[in-house]
Amino acid sequence: MDVKNLLNRLFPDGHDIAFDGVYFDGSGRVYGAEVAVIGTIDNTPIGIELAFRMAGAVLEVVRRHPGRPILLLVDTQGQRLSHRDELLGINGYMAHLAKCIDLARRNGHRVLGLVYGQAVSGGFLATSLLADRCYALPDAEIRVMNLPAMARVTKIPLERLTELSASSPVFAPGVENYRRMGAIAGLWDGDLATCLAEALAAPVEGDPRRELGEERGGRLLARKVAERVRRDAV
Amino acid sequence: MSSYYEDSARGRLDGLLDPGSLIEILPPTERMVSPHLRQLDTPAAFDDGIVVGEGRLDGRRVLVAAQEGGFMGGAVGEVHGAKLTGLMERALDTRPDGVLLLVESGGVRLHEANAGLIAVSEVMRAVLAVRAAGIPVIVLDGGTFGCFGGMGIVARLCDAVVMSEEGRLGLSGPEVIETTMGVEEFDSRDRALVWRTVGGKHRYLLGEAATLVEDDVAAFRAAALALLEQTPDLSLAALDAEHAALGSRLERFGDCRDALDIWEKLGVEEPEKLPILDTAGFLATVRDRRA
Repeated sequence: MDVKNLLNRLFPDGHDIAFDGVYFDGSGRVYGAEVAVIGTIDNTPIGIELAFRMAGAVLEVVRRHPGRPILLLVDTQGQRLSHRDELLGINGYMAHLAKCIDLARRNGHRVLGLVYGQAVSGGFLATSLLADRCYALPDAEIRVMNLPAMARVTKIPLERLTELSASSPVFAPGVENYRRMGAIAGLWDGDLATCLAEALAAPVEGDPRRELGEERGGRLLARKVAERVRRDAV
Repeated sequence: MSSYYEDSARGRLDGLLDPGSLIEILPPTERMVSPHLRQLDTPAAFDDGIVVGEGRLDGRRVLVAAQEGGFMGGAVGEVHGAKLTGLMERALDTRPDGVLLLVESGGVRLHEANAGLIAVSEVMRAVLAVRAAGIPVIVLDGGTFGCFGGMGIVARLCDAVVMSEEGRLGLSGPEVIETTMGVEEFDSRDRALVWRTVGGKHRYLLGEAATLVEDDVAAFRAAALALLEQTPDLSLAALDAEHAALGSRLERFGDCRDALDIWEKLGVEEPEKLPILDTAGFLATVRDRRA
């Protein structure tokens, strides 16, 4: 979905969101609530500058607007793959962004993610996957790697991977797979402003994704294993 | 000396912790294997490539996790990641003196890519919760496979990273960059280039690694023990300071194309000699030269 159209549908009461290249931020109003928005467009790769800029925007919200909810609208094909980004420690910039999002959460900001375009690997990990709750539009794409590339790397025939992905959500790209595994709380369709308002009002407590994944049948062991490591007597 | 690089996950833990103090949780006898590998007719490991447990470090109570690079490069799948997350939550309940993560991982296990990616994000949140509760999390990075992908992010969420020169730390591994972007972008077979980009010496100079030690299990032990004294700080002030430091790194080194350029800007005389120095000689040469 075109991002301007998306913003108009999310914030029918208006918004002041400024674009600068592939980056945008600002705030929007939905049912009387002011929501900070930070995002990217064009499936952009997230390199160190962009990670740094988003982190700065999160810190700014924490500093200037205590408690204001934050909506992440990050459209990314993943981390930028470059020698220079690695040279300068891109993992540290991504971690910094994750720490800033977590700081906002701990300081009482509701943090929501909405995948409206693409969400891939490192760019997803350091942003929307750190939100209190992450949602997606039905036509968005979420992946680590497409199946042909996965077949090459794992040396498992593509036919076999394709056949298995019909029943298992574990390999193949897809919003529905991530929903079944608990990482996507739900799909937003129709009246997006109402979806947003409901997500802002829903209770959030801890990280529920393992329980969700188990309930939805997409991730059957994560909760059990973590629970045993947490509680087993030694 | 006992090489950390060449040791296994269990061997490293044995050498690191007080003798006989390791108690493993969900040991291999429990056969908690990945359900997804079986489906792909890929061999599984009874511990899914990670050892988690409790132990003592010079008498101090610690929780530990050690990734086994020998199994799928230490890659994170559903079970592997859940063991890490569960260990962090155990730390919240039992409040040890610290958590030690002996990382060795290529990141998300592609055989169960979606489960692995989600698992890493759960580990990330859990690590930050442990630190926010005032318990330090210390990373040790000196294994054969380095620390990349999501685990490269996890490492930098922690209080401190201890590396050896042989350790490597990054996000996208050199092979991944070469395969995707071409050999002109990153020649993964140029070992010297790889080491000076993602190796321990450069990470130490940038400030990504807190301590650089020799490839010796006892040296890692001493460094980890010293870092247990840290008090985690995830306050706005601390993150503002980190933001300023990362901004200044971008400003100072943003146009550098090679580690040698960065080392020169840091004021290292004869930067081209740094790769051949032993750890002690290196540390003496770069004293007061770190970013």
